[in-house]
Amino acid sequence: MNLKDIVKMLDLKVVSGDIDREVSAGYSSDLLSDVIANAQKDNIWITLQIHVNIVAVANLQELAGIILVNGRQPEQITLKKAEQENIPILLTELPTFEIVGKLYEMGIHGNSIN
Amino acid sequence: MDNNKTTTKIQELTYELKIDDVMCKNIETVSSKMPISQLRDVLYKKRISGVPVVNDDKLVGIVSIEDFIKCMEQEEMDALVEDKMTKNIKTLYADEPLVHAVKKFEKYGFGRFPVLSRKDKKLVGIITKSDIIKGILKKLESVYHDEEERRYRASHIFNDIVADEVFLKFQYFVEGKNFDKAGEASTGLKKTLYRLGLSPDIIRRAAISTYEAEINIVAYTDGGEIIAYIDPHQIKIIIIDKGPGIPDVEKALQPGFSTAPGWVRELGFGAGMGLPNIKKFTDKMTLRSTVEKGTHLEIIIKLSDYRNED
Repeated sequence: MNLKDIVKMLDLKVVSGDIDREVSAGYSSDLLSDVIANAQKDNIWITLQIHVNIVAVANLQELAGIILVNGRQPEQITLKKAEQENIPILLTELPTFEIVGKLYEMGIHGNSIN
Repeated sequence: MDNNKTTTKIQELTYELKIDDVMCKNIETVSSKMPISQLRDVLYKKRISGVPVVNDDKLVGIVSIEDFIKCMEQEEMDALVEDKMTKNIKTLYADEPLVHAVKKFEKYGFGRFPVLSRKDKKLVGIITKSDIIKGILKKLESVYHDEEERRYRASHIFNDIVADEVFLKFQYFVEGKNFDKAGEASTGLKKTLYRLGLSPDIIRRAAISTYEAEINIVAYTDGGEIIAYIDPHQIKIIIIDKGPGIPDVEKALQPGFSTAPGWVRELGFGAGMGLPNIKKFTDKMTLRSTVEKGTHLEIIIKLSDYRNED
Protein backbone atom coordinates (compact mmCIF):
# COMPACT_ATOMS: atom_id res chain seq x y z
CA MET A 1 0.00 0.00 0.00
CA ASN A 2 1.20 3.50 -0.72
CA LEU A 3 2.06 5.74 2.22
CA LYS A 4 0.03 8.50 0.58
CA ASP A 5 -3.12 6.45 0.97
CA ILE A 6 -2.31 5.60 4.59
CA VAL A 7 -1.79 9.28 5.34
CA LYS A 8 -5.13 10.13 3.78
CA MET A 9 -7.12 7.33 5.41
CA LEU A 10 -5.69 7.83 8.90
CA ASP A 11 -5.68 11.60 8.60
CA LEU A 12 -1.99 11.82 9.55
CA LYS A 13 -0.16 15.12 9.58
CA VAL A 14 2.92 15.00 7.36
CA VAL A 15 5.77 17.05 8.76
CA SER A 16 8.68 15.79 6.66
CA GLY A 17 9.69 13.63 3.75
CA ASP A 18 8.18 12.46 0.50
CA ILE A 19 5.18 10.23 1.19
CA ASP A 20 4.86 8.75 -2.29
CA ARG A 21 6.35 5.35 -1.43
CA GLU A 22 5.25 1.78 -0.81
CA VAL A 23 4.77 0.35 2.67
CA SER A 24 5.57 -3.35 3.05
CA ALA A 25 4.41 -3.97 6.62
CA GLY A 26 4.40 -2.34 10.04
CA TYR A 27 6.49 -2.41 13.21
CA SER A 28 5.80 -0.80 16.54
CA SER A 29 8.36 -0.31 19.30
CA ASP A 30 9.90 2.44 21.38
CA LEU A 31 13.19 0.65 21.77
CA LEU A 32 15.50 1.69 18.99
CA SER A 33 17.67 -1.41 19.10
CA ASP A 34 14.56 -3.55 18.89
CA VAL A 35 13.52 -1.69 15.77
CA ILE A 36 17.00 -2.15 14.33
CA ALA A 37 16.86 -5.85 15.04
CA ASN A 38 13.33 -6.57 13.92
CA ALA A 39 11.92 -3.96 11.57
CA GLN A 40 12.41 -4.47 7.88
CA LYS A 41 12.92 -2.38 4.79
CA ASP A 42 9.87 -0.33 3.77
CA ASN A 43 8.10 -0.89 7.10
CA ILE A 44 6.02 1.85 8.66
CA TRP A 45 7.26 2.40 12.22
CA ILE A 46 4.95 3.48 15.04
CA THR A 47 6.64 5.00 18.07
CA LEU A 48 6.43 7.70 20.72
CA GLN A 49 10.13 8.52 20.57
CA ILE A 50 10.69 11.95 19.08
CA HIS A 51 14.41 12.57 19.30
CA VAL A 52 16.74 12.75 16.35
CA ASN A 53 17.92 9.15 16.50
CA ILE A 54 14.61 7.85 15.16
CA VAL A 55 15.68 9.33 11.84
CA ALA A 56 18.99 7.48 11.97
CA VAL A 57 17.18 4.21 12.68
CA ALA A 58 14.66 4.78 9.89
CA ASN A 59 17.49 5.64 7.55
CA LEU A 60 19.52 2.56 8.49
CA GLN A 61 16.60 0.21 8.05
CA GLU A 62 15.27 2.10 5.04
CA LEU A 63 11.87 2.36 6.67
CA ALA A 64 8.97 3.84 4.72
CA GLY A 65 8.12 6.33 7.46
CA ILE A 66 7.63 7.02 11.15
CA ILE A 67 4.26 7.63 12.82
CA LEU A 68 4.55 9.57 16.09
CA VAL A 69 1.64 8.82 18.40
CA ASN A 70 -0.25 10.59 21.22
CA GLY A 71 0.07 13.97 19.54
CA ARG A 72 3.79 14.07 20.20
CA GLN A 73 5.77 16.61 18.23
CA PRO A 74 9.22 15.79 16.88
CA GLU A 75 12.15 17.82 18.18
CA GLN A 76 13.41 20.55 15.90
CA ILE A 77 16.63 18.73 15.10
CA THR A 78 14.66 15.55 14.35
CA LEU A 79 12.64 17.41 11.76
CA LYS A 80 15.69 18.97 10.21
CA LYS A 81 17.43 15.63 9.90
CA ALA A 82 14.31 13.92 8.58
CA GLU A 83 13.98 16.56 5.89
CA GLN A 84 17.66 16.11 5.01
CA GLU A 85 17.41 12.34 4.77
CA ASN A 86 13.92 12.42 3.23
CA ILE A 87 12.31 10.32 5.95
CA PRO A 88 8.55 10.84 6.24
CA ILE A 89 7.45 11.73 9.78
CA LEU A 90 3.72 11.57 10.34
CA LEU A 91 1.80 12.75 13.38
CA THR A 92 -1.38 11.45 14.98
CA GLU A 93 -3.31 12.25 18.14
CA LEU A 94 -4.15 8.57 18.57
CA PRO A 95 -2.24 6.24 20.89
CA THR A 96 -0.17 3.37 19.48
CA PHE A 97 -2.83 0.71 20.09
CA GLU A 98 -5.46 2.58 18.10
CA ILE A 99 -3.25 3.48 15.17
CA VAL A 100 -1.83 -0.02 14.87
CA GLY A 101 -5.38 -1.41 14.96
CA LYS A 102 -6.43 0.90 12.17
CA LEU A 103 -3.38 0.03 10.08
CA TYR A 104 -4.10 -3.65 10.57
CA GLU A 105 -7.69 -3.18 9.43
CA MET A 106 -6.36 -1.47 6.31
CA GLY A 107 -4.25 -4.51 5.52
CA ILE A 108 -0.88 -3.39 6.89
CA HIS A 109 0.32 -6.38 8.89
CA GLY A 110 3.51 -7.37 10.68
CA ASN A 111 6.52 -8.77 8.85
CA SER A 112 5.77 -12.38 9.82
CA ILE A 113 2.39 -12.41 8.07
CA ASN A 114 3.46 -11.22 4.66
CA MET B 1 19.01 -5.55 -21.44
CA ASP B 2 16.36 -8.12 -22.10
CA ASN B 3 13.02 -7.11 -23.51
CA ASN B 4 10.89 -8.02 -20.53
CA LYS B 5 12.84 -5.74 -18.29
CA THR B 6 12.62 -2.82 -20.68
CA THR B 7 8.88 -3.17 -20.93
CA THR B 8 8.53 -3.31 -17.19
CA LYS B 9 10.69 -0.25 -16.66
CA ILE B 10 8.68 1.76 -19.17
CA GLN B 11 5.43 0.59 -17.63
CA GLU B 12 6.81 1.55 -14.27
CA LEU B 13 7.67 4.99 -15.58
CA THR B 14 4.17 5.53 -16.93
CA TYR B 15 2.95 5.12 -13.37
CA GLU B 16 5.74 7.13 -11.84
CA LEU B 17 5.56 10.12 -14.18
CA LYS B 18 2.67 12.54 -13.91
CA ILE B 19 1.03 14.11 -16.93
CA ASP B 20 2.30 17.41 -15.58
CA ASP B 21 5.88 16.13 -16.03
CA VAL B 22 5.64 15.58 -19.76
CA MET B 23 2.87 17.82 -21.11
CA CYS B 24 3.47 20.97 -23.10
CA LYS B 25 2.79 23.95 -20.84
CA ASN B 26 3.49 26.77 -23.22
CA ILE B 27 0.20 26.47 -25.05
CA GLU B 28 -1.53 28.40 -27.73
CA THR B 29 -5.31 28.85 -27.45
CA VAL B 30 -7.94 30.43 -29.67
CA SER B 31 -11.31 32.02 -28.90
CA SER B 32 -14.52 30.40 -30.12
CA LYS B 33 -15.48 33.55 -31.98
CA MET B 34 -12.40 33.48 -34.20
CA PRO B 35 -13.11 32.80 -37.88
CA ILE B 36 -11.82 29.48 -39.15
CA SER B 37 -9.84 31.30 -41.83
CA GLN B 38 -7.45 32.60 -39.16
CA LEU B 39 -6.78 29.13 -37.81
CA ARG B 40 -4.19 28.34 -40.43
CA ASP B 41 -1.86 31.09 -39.18
CA VAL B 42 -2.11 29.92 -35.58
CA LEU B 43 -1.40 26.31 -36.47
CA TYR B 44 1.31 27.21 -38.94
CA LYS B 45 3.07 29.63 -36.61
CA LYS B 46 3.33 27.10 -33.79
CA ARG B 47 3.67 24.08 -36.09
CA ILE B 48 0.86 22.30 -34.29
CA SER B 49 -2.05 20.29 -35.63
CA GLY B 50 -4.72 21.27 -33.13
CA VAL B 51 -5.46 23.96 -30.58
CA PRO B 52 -7.75 24.24 -27.54
CA VAL B 53 -10.59 26.74 -27.66
CA VAL B 54 -10.89 28.85 -24.53
CA ASN B 55 -13.46 31.48 -23.52
CA ASP B 56 -12.90 33.40 -20.28
CA ASP B 57 -10.36 30.87 -19.02
CA LYS B 58 -12.79 28.05 -19.62
CA LEU B 59 -12.02 25.27 -22.06
CA VAL B 60 -14.97 24.95 -24.45
CA GLY B 61 -13.59 22.81 -27.26
CA ILE B 62 -10.73 21.82 -29.46
CA VAL B 63 -10.20 22.60 -33.12
CA SER B 64 -7.75 20.82 -35.39
CA ILE B 65 -6.20 20.97 -38.81
CA GLU B 66 -8.76 18.37 -39.99
CA ASP B 67 -11.56 20.82 -39.13
CA PHE B 68 -9.72 23.47 -41.12
CA ILE B 69 -9.30 21.19 -44.15
CA LYS B 70 -13.00 20.23 -44.07
CA CYS B 71 -13.98 23.89 -44.09
CA MET B 72 -11.69 24.48 -47.03
CA GLU B 73 -13.21 21.60 -48.96
CA GLN B 74 -16.72 22.84 -48.26
CA GLU B 75 -15.75 26.47 -48.77
CA GLU B 76 -16.89 27.50 -45.32
CA MET B 77 -13.92 29.64 -44.43
CA ASP B 78 -16.16 32.32 -42.89
CA ALA B 79 -17.48 29.94 -40.25
CA LEU B 80 -16.49 30.58 -36.67
CA VAL B 81 -14.34 28.21 -34.65
CA GLU B 82 -17.30 27.46 -32.34
CA ASP B 83 -19.30 26.04 -35.26
CA LYS B 84 -16.60 23.62 -36.35
CA MET B 85 -14.77 22.69 -33.19
CA THR B 86 -15.19 19.45 -31.28
CA LYS B 87 -17.23 20.35 -28.21
CA ASN B 88 -17.54 17.09 -26.40
CA ILE B 89 -13.90 16.83 -25.46
CA LYS B 90 -12.07 14.36 -23.31
CA THR B 91 -9.58 15.87 -20.91
CA LEU B 92 -7.00 14.76 -18.41
CA TYR B 93 -5.89 16.21 -15.08
CA ALA B 94 -2.30 17.33 -14.63
CA ASP B 95 -1.85 15.21 -11.50
CA GLU B 96 -2.90 11.93 -13.12
CA PRO B 97 -0.22 9.33 -13.81
CA LEU B 98 0.98 9.13 -17.38
CA VAL B 99 -0.55 5.70 -17.77
CA HIS B 100 -4.02 7.33 -17.76
CA ALA B 101 -3.03 9.36 -20.80
CA VAL B 102 -1.65 6.28 -22.55
CA LYS B 103 -4.95 4.48 -21.94
CA LYS B 104 -7.03 7.41 -23.19
CA PHE B 105 -4.97 7.66 -26.38
CA GLU B 106 -5.57 3.96 -26.96
CA LYS B 107 -9.26 4.23 -26.21
CA TYR B 108 -10.19 7.31 -28.27
CA GLY B 109 -7.48 7.47 -30.90
CA PHE B 110 -7.28 11.27 -30.60
CA GLY B 111 -4.08 13.14 -31.40
CA ARG B 112 -4.06 15.26 -28.25
CA PHE B 113 -5.80 15.85 -24.93
CA PRO B 114 -6.17 19.17 -23.14
CA VAL B 115 -4.89 18.96 -19.56
CA LEU B 116 -6.75 20.68 -16.71
CA SER B 117 -5.71 21.49 -13.18
CA ARG B 118 -7.87 19.49 -10.80
CA LYS B 119 -8.32 22.42 -8.45
CA ASP B 120 -9.87 25.05 -10.68
CA LYS B 121 -10.46 23.07 -13.89
CA LYS B 122 -8.41 25.59 -15.83
CA LEU B 123 -6.46 24.60 -18.92
CA VAL B 124 -2.81 24.17 -17.94
CA GLY B 125 -1.36 22.19 -20.83
CA ILE B 126 -1.82 19.86 -23.71
CA ILE B 127 -0.46 16.37 -24.17
CA THR B 128 0.29 14.48 -27.39
CA LYS B 129 1.69 11.02 -27.96
CA SER B 130 5.04 12.51 -28.83
CA ASP B 131 5.09 14.33 -25.46
CA ILE B 132 4.64 10.95 -23.78
CA ILE B 133 7.47 9.38 -25.75
CA LYS B 134 9.77 12.33 -25.15
CA GLY B 135 8.93 12.36 -21.44
CA ILE B 136 9.65 8.67 -21.04
CA LEU B 137 12.88 8.87 -23.00
CA LYS B 138 14.03 11.80 -20.94
CA LYS B 139 13.27 9.96 -17.69
CA LEU B 140 14.92 6.77 -18.97
CA GLU B 141 17.99 8.76 -19.81
CA SER B 142 18.20 10.19 -16.30
CA VAL B 143 17.60 6.76 -14.73
CA TYR B 144 20.30 5.30 -16.95
CA HIS B 145 22.63 8.15 -16.11
CA ASP B 146 22.20 7.58 -12.36
CA GLU B 147 22.71 3.87 -12.78
CA GLU B 148 25.80 4.39 -14.87
CA GLU B 149 27.20 6.82 -12.38
CA ARG B 150 26.58 4.38 -9.54
CA ARG B 151 28.24 1.54 -11.42
CA TYR B 152 31.29 3.53 -12.31
CA ARG B 153 31.60 5.43 -9.12
CA ALA B 154 33.87 2.96 -7.49
CA SER B 155 32.60 -0.56 -7.68
CA HIS B 156 35.49 -1.38 -9.96
CA ILE B 157 37.98 0.45 -7.89
CA PHE B 158 39.64 -2.71 -6.65
CA ASN B 159 40.00 -4.00 -10.18
CA ASP B 160 41.49 -0.74 -11.35
CA ILE B 161 44.13 -0.43 -8.67
CA VAL B 162 47.37 -2.26 -9.34
CA ALA B 163 48.90 -3.45 -6.09
CA ASP B 164 49.52 -6.70 -4.29
CA GLU B 165 47.16 -5.73 -1.51
CA VAL B 166 44.56 -2.97 -1.45
CA PHE B 167 42.45 -1.67 1.34
CA LEU B 168 40.51 1.51 1.85
CA LYS B 169 40.39 3.13 5.24
CA PHE B 170 37.63 5.40 6.51
CA GLN B 171 37.86 6.95 9.92
CA TYR B 172 35.14 8.61 11.98
CA PHE B 173 35.34 10.38 15.34
CA VAL B 174 32.46 9.98 17.76
CA GLU B 175 31.59 12.44 20.50
CA GLY B 176 30.62 10.98 23.88
CA LYS B 177 27.28 11.81 25.56
CA ASN B 178 25.99 13.74 22.56
CA PHE B 179 22.93 11.95 21.23
CA ASP B 180 22.15 14.73 18.81
CA LYS B 181 25.15 13.67 16.77
CA ALA B 182 24.82 9.94 17.38
CA GLY B 183 24.44 8.12 14.10
CA GLU B 184 26.50 10.52 12.01
CA ALA B 185 29.46 8.18 11.73
CA SER B 186 27.38 5.17 10.70
CA THR B 187 25.29 7.24 8.31
CA GLY B 188 28.50 8.55 6.77
CA LEU B 189 29.91 5.05 6.43
CA LYS B 190 26.66 3.87 4.89
CA LYS B 191 26.77 6.58 2.23
CA THR B 192 30.41 5.82 1.52
CA LEU B 193 29.79 2.10 1.11
CA TYR B 194 26.89 2.85 -1.20
CA ARG B 195 29.19 4.92 -3.39
CA LEU B 196 31.62 2.04 -3.44
CA GLY B 197 28.88 0.02 -5.08
CA LEU B 198 28.60 -2.69 -2.42
CA SER B 199 25.43 -4.73 -2.28
CA PRO B 200 22.52 -3.22 -0.29
CA ASP B 201 22.44 -6.14 2.16
CA ILE B 202 26.13 -5.78 3.02
CA ILE B 203 25.72 -2.03 3.41
CA ARG B 204 22.75 -2.43 5.71
CA ARG B 205 24.54 -4.95 7.93
CA ALA B 206 27.65 -2.79 8.14
CA ALA B 207 25.66 0.37 8.84
CA ILE B 208 23.45 -1.22 11.49
CA SER B 209 26.29 -2.80 13.42
CA THR B 210 28.33 0.40 13.22
CA TYR B 211 25.33 2.35 14.46
CA GLU B 212 24.91 0.13 17.52
CA ALA B 213 28.62 0.45 18.31
CA GLU B 214 28.44 4.19 17.79
CA ILE B 215 25.51 4.42 20.22
CA ASN B 216 27.57 2.54 22.79
CA ILE B 217 30.38 5.06 22.47
CA VAL B 218 27.90 7.93 22.86
CA ALA B 219 25.99 6.40 25.76
CA TYR B 220 28.82 5.03 27.87
CA THR B 221 32.08 6.80 27.05
CA ASP B 222 33.59 10.22 26.60
CA GLY B 223 34.20 9.55 22.94
CA GLY B 224 36.01 7.28 20.58
CA GLU B 225 36.57 6.46 16.98
CA ILE B 226 35.39 4.13 14.29
CA ILE B 227 37.75 2.90 11.60
CA ALA B 228 36.52 0.88 8.65
CA TYR B 229 38.93 -1.05 6.44
CA ILE B 230 37.59 -2.33 3.19
CA ASP B 231 39.42 -4.76 0.97
CA PRO B 232 38.13 -6.90 -1.88
CA HIS B 233 37.09 -9.66 0.53
CA GLN B 234 35.74 -8.04 3.66
CA ILE B 235 34.80 -4.98 5.64
CA LYS B 236 36.59 -4.77 8.96
CA ILE B 237 35.33 -2.17 11.39
CA ILE B 238 37.21 -1.31 14.54
CA ILE B 239 35.49 0.67 17.26
CA ILE B 240 37.72 2.04 20.00
CA ASP B 241 37.01 4.17 23.05
CA LYS B 242 39.01 5.33 26.02
CA GLY B 243 36.90 3.94 28.80
CA PRO B 244 35.41 3.26 31.24
CA GLY B 245 35.60 -0.32 29.91
CA ILE B 246 33.28 -3.28 30.43
CA PRO B 247 33.82 -5.22 33.70
CA ASP B 248 32.11 -8.40 32.51
CA VAL B 249 32.30 -8.86 28.75
CA GLU B 250 30.49 -12.20 28.89
CA LYS B 251 27.53 -10.62 30.61
CA ALA B 252 27.50 -7.61 28.31
CA LEU B 253 26.96 -9.92 25.38
CA GLN B 254 23.82 -11.43 26.90
CA PRO B 255 20.64 -10.14 25.23
CA GLY B 256 18.72 -7.90 27.61
CA PHE B 257 21.63 -7.15 29.93
CA SER B 258 22.19 -3.44 30.22
CA THR B 259 23.91 -0.97 32.52
CA ALA B 260 22.40 2.02 30.74
CA PRO B 261 21.56 5.01 32.95
CA GLY B 262 18.03 6.42 32.99
CA TRP B 263 18.64 9.25 30.54
CA VAL B 264 19.86 6.78 27.92
CA ARG B 265 16.85 4.51 28.45
CA GLU B 266 14.47 7.44 28.08
CA LEU B 267 15.77 7.90 24.56
CA GLY B 268 14.86 4.34 23.69
CA PHE B 269 18.35 2.90 23.99
CA GLY B 270 19.87 0.71 26.65
CA ALA B 271 17.65 -2.31 26.10
CA GLY B 272 20.61 -4.68 26.17
CA MET B 273 20.29 -5.37 22.50
CA GLY B 274 23.20 -3.41 21.07
CA LEU B 275 25.99 -5.97 21.21
CA PRO B 276 23.65 -8.91 20.41
CA ASN B 277 22.47 -6.95 17.36
CA ILE B 278 26.05 -6.40 16.24
CA LYS B 279 26.68 -10.10 16.59
CA LYS B 280 23.54 -10.90 14.62
CA PHE B 281 24.43 -8.68 11.69
CA THR B 282 28.14 -9.47 11.32
CA ASP B 283 30.20 -12.51 10.37
CA LYS B 284 32.70 -12.13 13.18
CA MET B 285 32.82 -10.02 16.29
CA THR B 286 35.64 -9.69 18.79
CA LEU B 287 35.22 -7.66 21.96
CA ARG B 288 38.10 -6.83 24.27
CA SER B 289 37.78 -4.50 27.20
CA THR B 290 39.89 -3.33 30.09
CA VAL B 291 38.20 -1.46 32.91
CA GLU B 292 39.30 2.19 33.09
CA LYS B 293 41.33 1.77 29.88
CA GLY B 294 38.73 1.26 27.21
CA THR B 295 37.00 -1.09 24.84
CA HIS B 296 38.12 -2.45 21.50
CA LEU B 297 35.45 -3.95 19.29
CA GLU B 298 36.29 -5.51 15.98
CA ILE B 299 33.67 -6.69 13.53
CA ILE B 300 33.98 -8.31 10.15
CA ILE B 301 31.48 -8.54 7.33
CA LYS B 302 32.49 -10.75 4.45
CA LEU B 303 32.05 -9.56 0.90
CA SER B 304 31.60 -12.98 -0.62
CA ASP B 305 29.32 -11.58 -3.29
CA TYR B 306 31.51 -8.63 -4.11
CA ARG B 307 33.19 -10.26 -7.06
CA ASN B 308 29.84 -11.15 -8.57
CA GLU B 309 28.74 -7.56 -8.63
CA ASP B 310 29.48 -6.89 -12.27
